[in-house]
Amino acid sequence: MAKSAKSNIPPLKLHVPEPAFRPGDEADFSDIEVPPVDAIVRPDEAAAADSIKDLSFGLVRVLDDDAQASGSWNPGLTAEQLREMLRHMMLVRAFDDRMFRAQRQGKTSFYMKCTGEEATSVATTMALARDDMCFPSYRQQGILITRGYPLVQMMNQIYSNRGDHLLGRQLPIMYSAPEYGFFSISGNLTTQYPQAVGWAMASAAKGDSRISAVWCGEGSTAEGDFHSAMTFAAVYNAPVIMQVVNNQWAISSFSGFAGGERTTFAARAVGYGIAGLRVDGNDPLAVYSAMRWAADRARTNNGPTLIEYFTYRAEGHSTSDDPSAYRAAEEYAKWPLGDPVERLKAHLMAIGEWDDDRHQAQHDELQKTVREEQKKAEEKGTLGHGLHHPFDTMFTDVYEDMPWHLQEQCEQMLEEQRTKFGPDWEPK
Amino acid sequence: MMAEVEGKSGVKSMNMIEAINSALDIMLKRDENTVIMGEDVGYFGGVFRATAGLQEKYGKTRVFDTPISECGIIGVGVGMAAYGLRPVPEIQFADYIYPGLDQLVSEAARIRYRSAEDYVCPMTVRSPFGGGIFGGQTHSQSPESMFTHICGIKTVIPSSPHDAKGLLIAAIEDNDPVVFFEPKRIYNGPFSGYYDRPVEPWSKHEDSQVPEDYYRIDLGKAKILREGEALTVLAYGTMVHVAQAVVAEVGIDAEIIDLRTLLPLDIETIEKSVEKTGRCMVIHEATRTSGFGAEIAALVQERCFYHLEAPVERVTGFDTPYPHSLEWAYFPGPIRIGQALEKIMKE
Repeated sequence: MAKSAKSNIPPLKLHVPEPAFRPGDEADFSDIEVPPVDAIVRPDEAAAADSIKDLSFGLVRVLDDDAQASGSWNPGLTAEQLREMLRHMMLVRAFDDRMFRAQRQGKTSFYMKCTGEEATSVATTMALARDDMCFPSYRQQGILITRGYPLVQMMNQIYSNRGDHLLGRQLPIMYSAPEYGFFSISGNLTTQYPQAVGWAMASAAKGDSRISAVWCGEGSTAEGDFHSAMTFAAVYNAPVIMQVVNNQWAISSFSGFAGGERTTFAARAVGYGIAGLRVDGNDPLAVYSAMRWAADRARTNNGPTLIEYFTYRAEGHSTSDDPSAYRAAEEYAKWPLGDPVERLKAHLMAIGEWDDDRHQAQHDELQKTVREEQKKAEEKGTLGHGLHHPFDTMFTDVYEDMPWHLQEQCEQMLEEQRTKFGPDWEPK
Repeated sequence: MMAEVEGKSGVKSMNMIEAINSALDIMLKRDENTVIMGEDVGYFGGVFRATAGLQEKYGKTRVFDTPISECGIIGVGVGMAAYGLRPVPEIQFADYIYPGLDQLVSEAARIRYRSAEDYVCPMTVRSPFGGGIFGGQTHSQSPESMFTHICGIKTVIPSSPHDAKGLLIAAIEDNDPVVFFEPKRIYNGPFSGYYDRPVEPWSKHEDSQVPEDYYRIDLGKAKILREGEALTVLAYGTMVHVAQAVVAEVGIDAEIIDLRTLLPLDIETIEKSVEKTGRCMVIHEATRTSGFGAEIAALVQERCFYHLEAPVERVTGFDTPYPHSLEWAYFPGPIRIGQALEKIMKE
């Protein structure tokens, strides 16, 4: 090892972040500051970004510990709207449970749940206009469910079966639904960020009224794309809402590896001179209200907003990892911001618009719906059980028109199938 | 007739920059969804002047400057294309394209496939490439084979003002992403490879005669510049002119083919020529290993093996970064090409 000749100077030290708790430790989140509702008052949507910097360091909250909604951020939703929000979130949870199980049963290769983060895609989508464009990351199934995308189509995609309109090309959950304002999910992280900004710039350049919204996790804010997008959004005052779902964990790496030890993720906005909001991500009303504020701001040419949802990833990253191998077991149970479904349920009950029986009935009904849709999807096949799309679809859509070299390779592949299945085999 | 010309106005002598500018002008006018963006392309008109006057003519929301962020430029382009625009970003030098590579390779190139045509990316990325201008290792590279290796992207390289305009129009009209590399050494005049001789302007070359109106040259079609029997010489960009000069100097009856589009490749024209001549040489300025010449050599031996009288010869740049002071020792100039010609004809 090289050693400095200047031996009278203390040696340099490399700091490698370490999360507070590892397996076997007792999780203790008492150091997380949960400010009271309205610790920061809701500013006007047109407020200058540099006059509202404190919003990047606070925590927007609407629901208090008694499940009552109050304060300047209270969006004043009707009981019907609140029940709709709860229903969407419960449906997401029922869907997730069923599809996670389907993966464990060998019906598909992969699944990702969003348990604990449902508000960040359901409440946000409810605050957007139906034709606003969403550029999701991989854990925003709540957008599609909120916009009424058929569950069976989501499942067909997850099974890569004959009903999958993406022709079985994409990893499960990498949906695409233009008619629902939902961009194709990449899998390469944060690439959607500059794309959402470009979409918003195009909308502004065309004098349209639609805005775009984009999601990523706190871990992938470290990607260059995030910062390119922030720069472009700021430079062109693009009508875009950039959202960071800070669920504390990027697979096994805690938020410290994205810089979370030093400041908030919303604080990234300050350096770019745009509005930043840090929000209780498990408070569905706060999430809705923040998104509504940012959407109104963008739609009135007051520019982009960066929103951090402070939340917690209750489950593993995906079906491919076991969180008990890298974090303390009881973290979610001790999470100081609770669970978004439970909090919304408690609020509806507190205002006399919901009860346990209705909740249980809705729970059962949604489970039944998901099971029925799953049956329909499985009629069109599950992964690896034959009912995939015709073989030659492997070669279509690489280009608009198939060039000669792909035609030749397609022929070769079909010949390989004939070798495998016999000379009478027909491509299907 | 490879070029489809529209309109009645005349033909004008243009250099390659003027021809590219004319193509951009026409496409901005014809399609209101065409937008141009890039570093310094707006008010100033680009460091090579390819976009001069276009912002003034079409406004700041159609032609605009961008932050110095190639990832941002290309990523924003993908999003604009998803909206329905037809972006034509400029990457100031091909050497700067790498920060945008993920957006090109993983996003632009795959969006049609991964979304089963829910979304497409009709984006043309223009970028000056190649050396011979004392640009050093960060202003001279030829990264074309990095793009021909990517499925979903087309790679186009013109070698004259006439082709540059027709090919660029076809590229912009194409519904797939196109990387359009402009050989900057020949922006202002063809280059013989004899760097110590006086530079000729384009005006003395017949391919500087450019129709002022719209015309397109279909992608995927090579052009036979000189018919011959002795061997087939395949080249593109600057090297087309060097090859022509050396062949003339040596006095060999070579068939010289300008590939123009590397992907999709015009294999038919190549096969036909090699079957006739029995010898094939490919010339490029890019580094040798895994260069496009390797692909050509493989294709020719796969498809024309029994017609070949000699191994396929590659004449390329060396596998080093593009040097500054020793630029001409790197460049595959007349000596390297001449020696290769001698070798391939001896077999």
